[in-house]
This record gives sequence, structure tokens and C-alpha cells, in this order.
Amino acid sequence: MRRTGVAARVMLCFGLLFLYVPIVSMVVFSFNNSRLVTVWDSAHSPTLRWYSELLSNSQILDAAALSIAVAVLSACGAVVLGTLAGVALARFGGFRGRTLLVGLTTAPLVMPEVITGLSLLLLFVALEQALGWPRGRGMLTITLAHMTFSMAYVTVVVQSRLAGFDESLEEAAMDLGARPLKVFFRITLPLILPALVSGWLLAFTLSWDDVVISQFVAGPGSSTLPMVIFSKVRLGVSPDVNALATLMVLLVSTGIAVASAWLSRQNRLRERDIRMAAATNNLPGA
Amino acid sequence: MRGGRFTFGRRLVPGIPFLWLVLLFAVPFLIVLKISFSEVRLAIPPYSPLFDGHGGLAVHLHLSNYAFLFTDPLYVRSCLYSLQVAAISTLICLLVGYPMAYAIARSGATARNVLLMLIVLPFWTSFLLRVYAWIGLLKSNGVINNILMSLGLIHQPLVLLQTDFALYIGIVYSYLPFMILPLYSNLEKHDPTLLEAAADLGAHPFAAFRRITLPLSLPGIAAGCLLVFIPAVGEYVIPSLLGRTDQLMIGRVLSDEFFENRDWPVASAVAILILVLLVVPIVLLQRVGRRELGAQR
Repeated sequence: MRRTGVAARVMLCFGLLFLYVPIVSMVVFSFNNSRLVTVWDSAHSPTLRWYSELLSNSQILDAAALSIAVAVLSACGAVVLGTLAGVALARFGGFRGRTLLVGLTTAPLVMPEVITGLSLLLLFVALEQALGWPRGRGMLTITLAHMTFSMAYVTVVVQSRLAGFDESLEEAAMDLGARPLKVFFRITLPLILPALVSGWLLAFTLSWDDVVISQFVAGPGSSTLPMVIFSKVRLGVSPDVNALATLMVLLVSTGIAVASAWLSRQNRLRERDIRMAAATNNLPGA
Repeated sequence: MRGGRFTFGRRLVPGIPFLWLVLLFAVPFLIVLKISFSEVRLAIPPYSPLFDGHGGLAVHLHLSNYAFLFTDPLYVRSCLYSLQVAAISTLICLLVGYPMAYAIARSGATARNVLLMLIVLPFWTSFLLRVYAWIGLLKSNGVINNILMSLGLIHQPLVLLQTDFALYIGIVYSYLPFMILPLYSNLEKHDPTLLEAAADLGAHPFAAFRRITLPLSLPGIAAGCLLVFIPAVGEYVIPSLLGRTDQLMIGRVLSDEFFENRDWPVASAVAILILVLLVVPIVLLQRVGRRELGAQR
């Protein structure tokens, strides 16, 4: 037991090193003056040269703006659709078509991206031929595609959050005469709010990160940031991509830190409310 | 949410996401299937219609695309290569990820949360950029070669990039969290008194691990392996950036058929071929995976 424990811990340290060394090296070399990227130019480094080049590169800035717009829109759409699916799967019991809905919400999680991308593009082309909509491909088609695969992730998050609560609160409100819509907005929604936040963040990240599906469904002239990065790095390393990566790592870690602080605060508040409710009603713990 | 009065709402809630997924997931898949049976045309879109205008129901099924996939060795070889790469990567992920998950599950509550955070954090930063980072480490004048040369261990830079080695590193690096998380959520639930009982009865720690921990963690192993194996088979970005140029993985073949050759019917047939390869693992994942996935997120 003890010896396996030590071996496992050593492996854990190596594993974490393996996960973080590439990221750290990207951050370090983003301050390197040399165009060779990985050869450290100690005479002129550290420098912010690549950061200023980044901020004057209109191709990257345009792509970033498109990516943010698509990620925000598709994350909002995915949260709405994923919440509906998650609530139905966790609370509606065995309705007709449940098995099919389970299959449809898990399939996008495991479908290889090249297939999802190809099939969505073929759908958009067929729709344009048949109905004349969506005209051409660009932001709209990318957003629709991203909504479709990220809603599956939101469904899992919402469903597992709801599975953690029994239905007694909703049933109590129902018994007191609240209509289902009111029960949803007053009871269910506040309960699953943390899941909606993490689902939204997950959907945002998935969209912000996607290159394969976007490549299929984006028309000429609309390139998301990952598409621009991908075509740049296929030709080799480029120093401004290091600077971009550093900015993104910084942004993501701040975002995660803020979100997890908020989530743990929410959980603390909820536990306090439950304790207070239990104490005031003189009931055994909720 | 019971009671017959609210049947309309009860249908609407599952109905909207259901319709969405049918329209944007199931129907597109049927279109791929349909186009895989059509002929390539120099037109926009570049495939022949399956239903002709006059006969209405006269369906032209062209099996030529599939016949082509099995006559040109390129496709079969890419399939086998993809399966091999995915299987070996999954095995490496398991060998590296199991001890990591085990160590996390055995640490104290505070350390456990920090460690889990450290595992998940890279998953939130851009996948593409993390794969890109390995180019800087592995290329001939990259970080690893520079360090080895300055230590005097090698005199010529090693060829690391665009090899199977780089490809395995990239896949293991990207998918390791998918292996660790289901394993962790399984190992964490084990009852430590079982191991204590085994020790009291005189079992060697390794025997206790082999006869108690390992069998109990099989569902976690299955979920983790499938979560790595399935996406690895169709992987496109990692082999394009790090992998060999003389042997393509099947996802890249699909994309090249589509973008380079503009042969939509063959690309669709390749998509169907990938799905056929993955149908067994996907069904298995539906069985074990949903429970394990639901537990961790």
C-alpha cells in the first residue's frame, strides 16, 4: 500500500510536469526577441515586441472578434437548449422518446469532429439549395454548429446537477399550488444556477477552441481565431502565436479562478440556507 | 411536474432540444449517408442527385465510392493506422493516468481539490495552442534538442517532430485529463476499509490492489479508455501538426478528400467508414459512460 502510494505520487508529479511544461515554455518564449522562437536571444530579451505586433495584426483581431461573438451567442443558445434537455431527462421520468433523446444528446459528445463538421456543412448546403437559407456560410452557420455540439455538454452538466437534488422542493411548491412555470423559475432555476454558469463557460470554451468544425462550416472570408492560428502554425512556430497563447492562458486562469470562487460561495450560501431552514422549522436536516 | 393539465408544456420541454438535434444532428447524418451513394460531379454542389427529376422514386445507388475505398490501399491502411495510434495512445494514457488518479484519490481533501484543478485547468486552455506548444519543444532547433545538445548528450539534433513519437505525445498530452477524471471519480468512491481488511488478513499490498482496487475500478477504466480511444481515432488537428506526413490518419484523409480533392461523395463514404469503425466503442460508452460521466461533472 505504502510503496504503491509513493510510486503513484511520483507518477502524479511527472504527469503534472508533462501537462504544464509546454504551457510554461510557450509563456517564456513569448518574451523572446529572436524570430527563431526557441533560441533564446539573451541580449534583447525579455521583450514585449510580439505583444505589440499582435495588437496591430488586424487579421488576428478580426478573427478574435468573430470568435468572441460566436462563442457568446452559441454558449447562450446551448445553455437554453441544454437546460431544456437536462430538465426533461432528470425530471420528466419515462416520457415517450426519452431513449432517443438520451442517444441524441450523448452522440455529439463522442462523434469525431470531422464527421460532425462534414455533416453540418452538407446540411447547410442542402438547405441553401432547397430553401435559399442560410444564404452562404459564415457567422450564422458557425454559431448554429457550435450550439449543436456544446448543448450536449450543457445537458450532461445540468442533468447531473439535478440528479443531486431530490424532487421534494419542487413537489412541495407544486402542492402549495404553484404552476409548473413558476416552480421552474422560483425553485429549479436557482438550484441549477451554478450548473448553468459552468455549462455556459464550458460551451464558451468549446466554441472558442473549435477549429475542425468551424473549418467545415465557415465560408470564405469568415475565419475564427483558431482557424487563423491553425493555418499559421501549420507552417511552423511563430512568435506572435506564443504571445497570443500567453494572453489566453492568463485570461482563462483568471476566468476560472473568478468562476470557481463564485461557485464555492454559492454552495456555502445554499448550505447555510438549508441549515437555517432546518433550524427554524425544527426539522431534521433538509 | 406531474398532472395532465400541463401536457403541452411537458411536450415542449423535451420537444425543443429533440427537434433541434434531429434537424442539426440526425438529418445531416442521413445527408452524409445519401451523398456517400452519389456520384462526384463538376458542379456546385459537386455530387449527383440521388433522386432523378422524372421518375420521382428511381433511386440511383452508386456503390462505387465504397468499392473505391477498398480497392485503393490508402484508405484501409489509414484506417488500420488510426486504430493502432488510438489503441497505443489509450494504453499509454491508462498507464500514466491510473497512478495519477490513484494518487489524487488517496490525498487529503484540500490537496485533492487543488490537484483536480491542476488536471482540469489545461483542459480549459486552448487545445490547439497546447498542441502547438509541442512544436516549439520538439522541432529540430527546439527546446528539447537545445537542452540535450548543450548538455553534450547528442551532437546532431534528433528528428522528433513529424514522427509517431510526436503524435503519441500530442494525443496522450491532450487526452490525459479524459482518462484521469473518470478513473478518479471511480477510485474516490472506494471504501478504504476493504484494503484494511485485506491487510489485516495478511494480503500483500500488491495482491490487495490486484484483487480489490483493480476489479472495482474496471468501470472507470472502461469509461476512460473509451473517452480517449473514440476521439483519437478521428483526430485531425494533432496528426496535422505533429504527425508523420507519409502516413495519414483517417480524419485527415476525410478532410483532404473534401477540401483538396473536392470529392464530397468519397469524403462522405470515408465518414461512414469511420462511424462503422467506431460503432462498437460508442455503444459501449453509452452503456458504461453515462453513469461515469454524470458522476464527475
